[in-house]
Amino acid sequence: LRLLIVDDEAPARRRLREVLDDCGENLALLVVGEADNGLDALDHVQREQPDAVLLDIRMPGMDGIEVAQHMQKLTRTPAVIFTTAYDSYACQAFEVNAVDYLMKPVRAERLVAALTKARHLNLAMLDALRQAHPKARTHLSLSEKGRLKLVPVDEVLYFKAELKYVTVKTAEHEYLLEESLVKLETEFGGQFLRIHRNCLVARSKIDQIGKTHGTEEAHYVRLHGLDEPLPVSRRQYSQIRELLR
Amino acid sequence: MQSKNHNNPPGVLPNFCHLGTSMRAIVAVEAGSLFAALAASPDLSSGLALFAERSMLIQPALLLTLLALCLAGSLLSRLAYASGLAALFLIATAVPSLASSLLNWLLPDSQILDPVQTAAFGATLAALLLIYFHLRGKALSPAVTEARLQALQARIRPHFLFNSLNAVLSLVRSDPRRAERALEDLSELFRALMRENRDLTTLKDEIELTRAYLGLEQLRLGERLTVVWHIDKMPPEALIPPLVIQPLVENAIYHGIEPSRQPGEVSLNIYRSGDAVHIVIRNPYAKDGSHHSGNKLALANIRERLALHFDLDATLKSQLMGAVYQVHITLPYTRAPKPTSSLAPAHRG
Repeated sequence: LRLLIVDDEAPARRRLREVLDDCGENLALLVVGEADNGLDALDHVQREQPDAVLLDIRMPGMDGIEVAQHMQKLTRTPAVIFTTAYDSYACQAFEVNAVDYLMKPVRAERLVAALTKARHLNLAMLDALRQAHPKARTHLSLSEKGRLKLVPVDEVLYFKAELKYVTVKTAEHEYLLEESLVKLETEFGGQFLRIHRNCLVARSKIDQIGKTHGTEEAHYVRLHGLDEPLPVSRRQYSQIRELLR
Repeated sequence: MQSKNHNNPPGVLPNFCHLGTSMRAIVAVEAGSLFAALAASPDLSSGLALFAERSMLIQPALLLTLLALCLAGSLLSRLAYASGLAALFLIATAVPSLASSLLNWLLPDSQILDPVQTAAFGATLAALLLIYFHLRGKALSPAVTEARLQALQARIRPHFLFNSLNAVLSLVRSDPRRAERALEDLSELFRALMRENRDLTTLKDEIELTRAYLGLEQLRLGERLTVVWHIDKMPPEALIPPLVIQPLVENAIYHGIEPSRQPGEVSLNIYRSGDAVHIVIRNPYAKDGSHHSGNKLALANIRERLALHFDLDATLKSQLMGAVYQVHITLPYTRAPKPTSSLAPAHRG
């Protein structure tokens, strides 16, 4: 069993290694790597292809649940065992959704038990966990030629709903995302603003709101780092005015 | 020992919307009118009959008065205590008198209540009741304060306890001495948390406690956490409520260091200026949205504890200054009457 350890605290990673050493008698184990943050963890997962990941939930930046969400996009997804020091809400969600988790400090026996039955997660489980731990993702992920492509949400200028996909626009690139605009709006409502039935723009990127000169009165939004203006629907305009005041 | 509280039980008007208050008023009025009826009658049975007849009229008048007092309550509580008392007294005199005139007009053939007499009766009872409520409030307030202080006692996050235990376990094999020290810190911290923290403590003790706490955090967070102390101008013997600095530092780490991927600095600046002690705690502001919510609660808790001890003489201000979040506490400089030899002399100025 090839394992990856992910925890932002060095003592916690050391402790897990020690306990894993103790378990070596009962299980053939190999720790293939350690990561102290979510992005590194995703890197390791793709490089080392571990069978299972011991994943801390609370980490700065990208938390454990988000790491697991992104891993779902991989062709070969490792099994996940979450670790947490204390988390009454999340633990309920784990129990209900039959997700493996360990409470820190971890006992060798519990660790062996968890590793022998380590399971793969699915998106429904992760959605349930997310509800117990509400936090917007820090990155969007898409699979690009078998590789995981991570787009920091901070860099996104706008989301635009197309027929089946959502276009994600950053200053340099454009991506297609298989998610619904409504879901994105709920998750990132604090950072993004709906200007049209099919468009969410980053609040922090708004440069100006203007009126088009033409036969019909219409409004547009200009974003920093984007040449073309985006149309604002009449319905959204009044709300935007309120919000940006 | 230093008096626990700068708050004298403040003058607060009785709240007549409360059942207990109204019940006491009703009992007092009935007892008063029974006494009056018995005094005005030649024998017991005619006295009781008079009381029963009068009660028919007194009860509606009394209930109206209580209703008026309850409705006026929020208005009265906004007045200064003295003017509130006067207004309350006025209502308690005027409403029964008006009510009895009204009843006399509505029920002309029943026993007549003289409005002037009713007013006098109402005024006397109102005065007696207000004195009673005042004394009662005085007697009860310290107990209430104490209970509130206990309920407000700072609590450590379970998250911190288990992460610390985990960190200690990670040291047991490789660095047993450091593990020992960490367990000593942990027991010191929990001893302080489990104490009944109602009395004031010295700054020196609170700082020691905070250091024990920070030792544990340092173990977990390593180079992610830098702590800077500016306490050479601190009066170590000054009294403060226990567990004020430690929870604020815990907050600083929980909100400023833990959610951030960059290493950060927490600074403590404690000094005396004139009759005031200043405690300033700063941490980097992490804009990560994951854990905001606890902070306001913890600040409200500490603010209330400061108020229970020092009333308006202590303040707690929190503000965001660019990328730094700061909490600034000002409290009056007080010291224990009998300083033990271990305490350093007070700094002047």
